[in-house]
Amino acid sequence: MAVLQMQRICICALKKDRKHILEFLQRRGAIELFDEIEEDTIFQKKDVSLASSILEKAVHSSKEALRILEEHVPEKKEKLAMMKGREVIDVTDYKEFAGKRDSLLQVANSLIQLEKSIAENKAEILRFSTQVELIRSWMELDLPTDFKGTKSTSAFIGTLPGEWNIEMLYEKLSEFEKLAIDIVSTSKSQTNIFVVSLKEQAEAMNDRLREMGFSFPSIQSTVAPSELKKELEQQIEKTSHRIEELEQNIAGYVEKRDEIRFLQDYDTMRLDKYFVLGRLLQSERVFVMTGFLPKENEKEIEDGLNESFDLVVTFEDPKPEDNVPVKLKNNSFCAPLEGTLASYSLPGKGEMDPTMVMSLFYYVLFGLMLSDAGYGIIMVVACGVCLLKFKNTLEDSLKKSLQMFFYCGISTTFWGVMFGSYFGDIVDTFSATFLGYTAIIPPVWFFPVKDPMRMLVFSMAFGVVHLYTGLAMKAYQCIKAKDIKGLIYDVVFWYMLLTGSIVLLLSVSTFTNTLGLKFILSGEVGNIASIVAVIGAAGILFTNGRESRNPFKRFLKGLYALYGITGYLSDVLSYSRLLALGLATGVICTVINKMASMTANGPLGIVFFAIVVIFGHILNLGINALGAYVHTTRLQYVEFFGKFYEGGGRGFDPFKVNTKYYKFKEK
Amino acid sequence: MDNYGIVFALAGAIAAALLAGIGSAKAVGMAGQAAAGVTTEDPSKFSKVLILQLLPGTQGIYGLLIAFITLTQIGVLGGTSDISLVKGFLYFCGCLPMAVVGYLSAISQAKASIASIALVSKKPDQFGKAMIFPAMVETYAILALLVSILSIMGIAGLNV
Repeated sequence: MAVLQMQRICICALKKDRKHILEFLQRRGAIELFDEIEEDTIFQKKDVSLASSILEKAVHSSKEALRILEEHVPEKKEKLAMMKGREVIDVTDYKEFAGKRDSLLQVANSLIQLEKSIAENKAEILRFSTQVELIRSWMELDLPTDFKGTKSTSAFIGTLPGEWNIEMLYEKLSEFEKLAIDIVSTSKSQTNIFVVSLKEQAEAMNDRLREMGFSFPSIQSTVAPSELKKELEQQIEKTSHRIEELEQNIAGYVEKRDEIRFLQDYDTMRLDKYFVLGRLLQSERVFVMTGFLPKENEKEIEDGLNESFDLVVTFEDPKPEDNVPVKLKNNSFCAPLEGTLASYSLPGKGEMDPTMVMSLFYYVLFGLMLSDAGYGIIMVVACGVCLLKFKNTLEDSLKKSLQMFFYCGISTTFWGVMFGSYFGDIVDTFSATFLGYTAIIPPVWFFPVKDPMRMLVFSMAFGVVHLYTGLAMKAYQCIKAKDIKGLIYDVVFWYMLLTGSIVLLLSVSTFTNTLGLKFILSGEVGNIASIVAVIGAAGILFTNGRESRNPFKRFLKGLYALYGITGYLSDVLSYSRLLALGLATGVICTVINKMASMTANGPLGIVFFAIVVIFGHILNLGINALGAYVHTTRLQYVEFFGKFYEGGGRGFDPFKVNTKYYKFKEK
Repeated sequence: MDNYGIVFALAGAIAAALLAGIGSAKAVGMAGQAAAGVTTEDPSKFSKVLILQLLPGTQGIYGLLIAFITLTQIGVLGGTSDISLVKGFLYFCGCLPMAVVGYLSAISQAKASIASIALVSKKPDQFGKAMIFPAMVETYAILALLVSILSIMGIAGLNV
């Protein structure tokens, strides 16, 4: 349990080694860069924005290419692929890849190009089909729609708004002597007509038709509409073929998928490297790099660098004003909860790492809330099998979650045995339904459903222990900071007040009777306790406003701090959720088992019984595990951390290999 | 008239399951809409928003729990159902905290959940904190559950 000690590192090396040094540091991932030295006339930062933007584009292209491949040739997802994690490759593969990189980028770009052509061709098809739609109402016409007439006649092909019939048209155009009218098609909204008139009357006819709202067809063709349609349909077919071909082309690149993934990782790494490069101070032949690294990595980095390069590495302790990043280190039992801690806040300056103490309570609280041996064993087995089977391939974050639920499962099993809950009362129900007698596995301690008051008292007592531990952590921090005043005023007085109050309550018979306690403390003990509590309260009243100079203000602040006792009361009551959630698991188990036993009539009864039991318990496990997880976290964040933990630290963010698909084998 | 005890007792049990159940159903539905919205934008956040959606669902379970304990105590699920009118009333009152607080807290918790879903959609790394806000509301449902359980368990032993 510790916040790792950080050191400042300063590396001064020759520019010719720059690439290799950066690659080495990136693979080790132990240094967080920190710009300390200002630029001057000799040492200057280099502008890398051009190179960065090229690489960014390449990363983007490879992402796009992968997306296109996935869309056209979806990759079969392996079962449990999540457990496999990223593929491990050797450093030599990385070095060899440099030669292939450009050709792969071309592959990625041509994939993008192919997709673009597909989109264009699809737009083409859309255009053709719209034309087919437009020409549909002209199918009866056996002339091209741009037919203008013969030597002595003029033809008008077009559309009139509204529904017309041939008589109406002749009537309307009765002033023209010689004309022929044909209705090509008609509908409620428009009528397509073909009118032939004498050439010399063409202009008059045009004006007349215009008045009626005549317009030329939106699609002009030099061939008859039916032929045009055929042509268009041929075009559509051709374009579809082309799309198919393009899609096949894309599919042809499928074996490049892994390499494009590598390209994405490769260029992401290079991008990170250029980002660092842009922050280095460089002179003509030398560059300087400053940063933070955990003290435990000091030797390894120094040796690794000195082994292959000519350079100077110096280490020094961080200065008091430095904003030192925080990295935690815990054993494998506590480490799974580092994430939970980090999502609250990392330890601030001078604070200790509470992960270990928190993890102990975390596992116990989770177990108390779920408290069923059957569920616990399922969790232990499921997580244990995954952890063993995928020991080498699991990604860190998933591994930690599995470990956390593994330990939570152990605790759940333990409390299940204590409270006699094995999938609720499945043993009783099963034996009563099928065997004819009731077998009961007795609890090691007691049945909370039968004796909820006892469970409530235990929950709150456990809460008091948790809160006292929180105060003890504060005491530890005060001692470490040599803040004796804080220790007495903020911790000891509270201990006196709280313990005094609890002991006093335990000597009052109404209180012990309500809680069903079998013992009562004598009145004298109660008197002593009340004196202790009053001293504590007075201490808090007079010291907790100590940062104010004004005595009146000081007193008021102290009064307000004393009012904080109500906070402790609600904190302790908050632990009653241990009872509530524990009962929720147990009672719902009982409901499921009861329903199962109701369905268990007839010869197939056992099958129905099994189905109801399996589905019911899976559901219950899911819901209650979620509840236990959420409320355990809450008890830690609100009740426990509230007593001593401030947080506010900045996470350690080293320059490292930040890849999505591959990771490098550690030497 | 003295036989009517069981009616009130059962009414209490049903009210707890009914109101808390309705509250949770509404609440999970509301949060589900928000969660679906986030998932359209970014499917990878599914598991996170699902947890936030489920948080206000517990009140329904607590209601079921109270209903079940009451049903067992008053002998509806087997046993004797000889309940005096006073006891029937007492059971009814015992169920009320879970019924009423269950309903209202589920709705309030849903609102906190929706806000937390919005938080996670913008800052997925703040999931731990986002989870705590709805859980704060649930405390009061748990307290109501506790009072209901303790009353219902205690009534059987009363000599009325």
